[in-house]
Amino acid sequence: MCGIAGLIHKGKSSAVGSEMTAMLQALKHRGPDSTGYAVYGKPSEGDYIMRLKVAEAEDMDKGRGIHKVISDRITAVESVLDEHGAVVKEKSAATEYALRYVLSHDGDTGKMAEHIEEAEGVEILSMGSGLELIKDLGDASVVAGLYGLDEFQGTHAIGHTRMATESDVDIKSAHPYWAFPYNDVSVVHNGQITNYWIMRREMERKGHRFMSNCDSELLAVYTAHNLANGVQLEDSLRRSIDEIDGVFTYLVATKDQLGMAKDTMAAKPLVLYESDDLIAMASEEVAIRAILPQEIDTTDPYDEEVRVWQA
Amino acid sequence: MASLSDEELKSMTQEERVTALGMRTEQLSGQSLYVEFDPDAEDRFTYPWAPDVDFNKRTEIDTDQLSTKEVNARIRELMDDGYGTIVLKDPRGKHSLGVGILSRLNLIVEGSCGYFAVGLIDGPNVRINGRVGWSCGENMMSGTVLVEKNAGSTFGAAIRGGDLVCRGSVGSRTGIDQKGGTIIVGGDTGALSGFMMQRGRMVVCGNAGKNLGDSMYDGTIFVGGEIRSLGVDAVEGELTDLDKAWLTRKLKQYGLLPDKGVDHFTKIVAGKQLWNYDNLEPSEKKLIL
Repeated sequence: MCGIAGLIHKGKSSAVGSEMTAMLQALKHRGPDSTGYAVYGKPSEGDYIMRLKVAEAEDMDKGRGIHKVISDRITAVESVLDEHGAVVKEKSAATEYALRYVLSHDGDTGKMAEHIEEAEGVEILSMGSGLELIKDLGDASVVAGLYGLDEFQGTHAIGHTRMATESDVDIKSAHPYWAFPYNDVSVVHNGQITNYWIMRREMERKGHRFMSNCDSELLAVYTAHNLANGVQLEDSLRRSIDEIDGVFTYLVATKDQLGMAKDTMAAKPLVLYESDDLIAMASEEVAIRAILPQEIDTTDPYDEEVRVWQA
Repeated sequence: MASLSDEELKSMTQEERVTALGMRTEQLSGQSLYVEFDPDAEDRFTYPWAPDVDFNKRTEIDTDQLSTKEVNARIRELMDDGYGTIVLKDPRGKHSLGVGILSRLNLIVEGSCGYFAVGLIDGPNVRINGRVGWSCGENMMSGTVLVEKNAGSTFGAAIRGGDLVCRGSVGSRTGIDQKGGTIIVGGDTGALSGFMMQRGRMVVCGNAGKNLGDSMYDGTIFVGGEIRSLGVDAVEGELTDLDKAWLTRKLKQYGLLPDKGVDHFTKIVAGKQLWNYDNLEPSEKKLIL
């Protein structure tokens, strides 16, 4: 069934990490398999933040050899960074398999990302000047604790609690998805896309890569394709209602925007709260109440509804 | 039926073919539920084991630190102790609050509820001073539910009786599979409202989304605003004086009567072109043909 949530503060930063944790923890019953965050901090001029994983969580149970494998993969990643002239300004690891780099780079980040992912078992979760994408197995409190998300300050965030129905319980099938290689764009989705394979083949013919068999990844690739071709976020969301088949409600975040789209049947839920300085939305009201305990007015967006908000 | 040749059938229009094959024995006759749904009638039925409650005996439950199961169990305990008016405080969007209450009770919710609020009820009068999520009042049998703010999708799904009222707007598929009772929406309703409706009445004071009344078998939908589109087999009926009187009385009861009255309402009923109840299953045809 999955749960999705999003929030955006207008014109100010807030503790979006802890706010999103509270929302996602309230949605735990909709998907206990994995939890993911795309949080947007203050964009850093000229620098990129890259989040990547070099193994799956379950790989860590595969014996002592995995440590050497991971070490070799990190060496391969850093070799590519060096080849592309990227300067590593910061490096940290929340787990042995999940790394965070702050890079200074003025070349083609898309090409660099492609070369990094040529290393076996390496997947870039996100790259951008404000976006940090974190996802792992377990509920929101587990993932937030592991990655120190309660300290994160930013303007907006989207998140996801996943109940695996169409693909495996692993990090690569968890949401959010980064719209590779489009910097700072991420997607979370609740629903089923019924023309997934047709659309995937079309996107692959256009040169896009897929890292999982999860239908939700299509929305990230589709959005990336549109944005790369100069389509505005709102237009991409509207276009998706005609071009993507199935039942879906999905959220897209960019460096300074948060958008939503609902399919023609409005079969997947979303509850929306809007005020002058905060917009919050989630699959269930209980998630919004987790950060806004006072009495508020909320609405259900209708079928084919598309909205975009600016930070 | 058996005497019709393939050639004869092919030469007919679809309309003629449907009638010739016996798939339809009656045409649209309009509203047929007035006798069954008398708005002035009182519920007299109570279960023999229903607790004897005193509506003047009032208490509150602070739900903040309680699970849904604990809240619902507490409501029953209080009813057994004779409390007839129970107030739920601070529900914070919890799901399934107040479900399965099968006797008289005044239940007041101070705040907003999540999914399946007061579903499967038979008798209580409920007032929710907030919003509700999906499927509020699902399968309710009798009583009244008044929601002061907005409601989510499938509001009043499969309702069989009673009045389910939302002063605000509601989501999609309102009254899906409605089997009786009355659903009233003060604002707008989303797509596929009245989908597969079988009986009862739905009143939407604002606008209705696309495919209104799709595949409805019977029942009546009144819409005060614009209808984006009608669903399959939903057709406009004549708004009679009896309809207007009923609408006026019912909307007044809940403070939702528009200043301009009810003459502008559109009445939607089943076209009954999809009725195939007298058509035999293929396996049955083999037995008698």
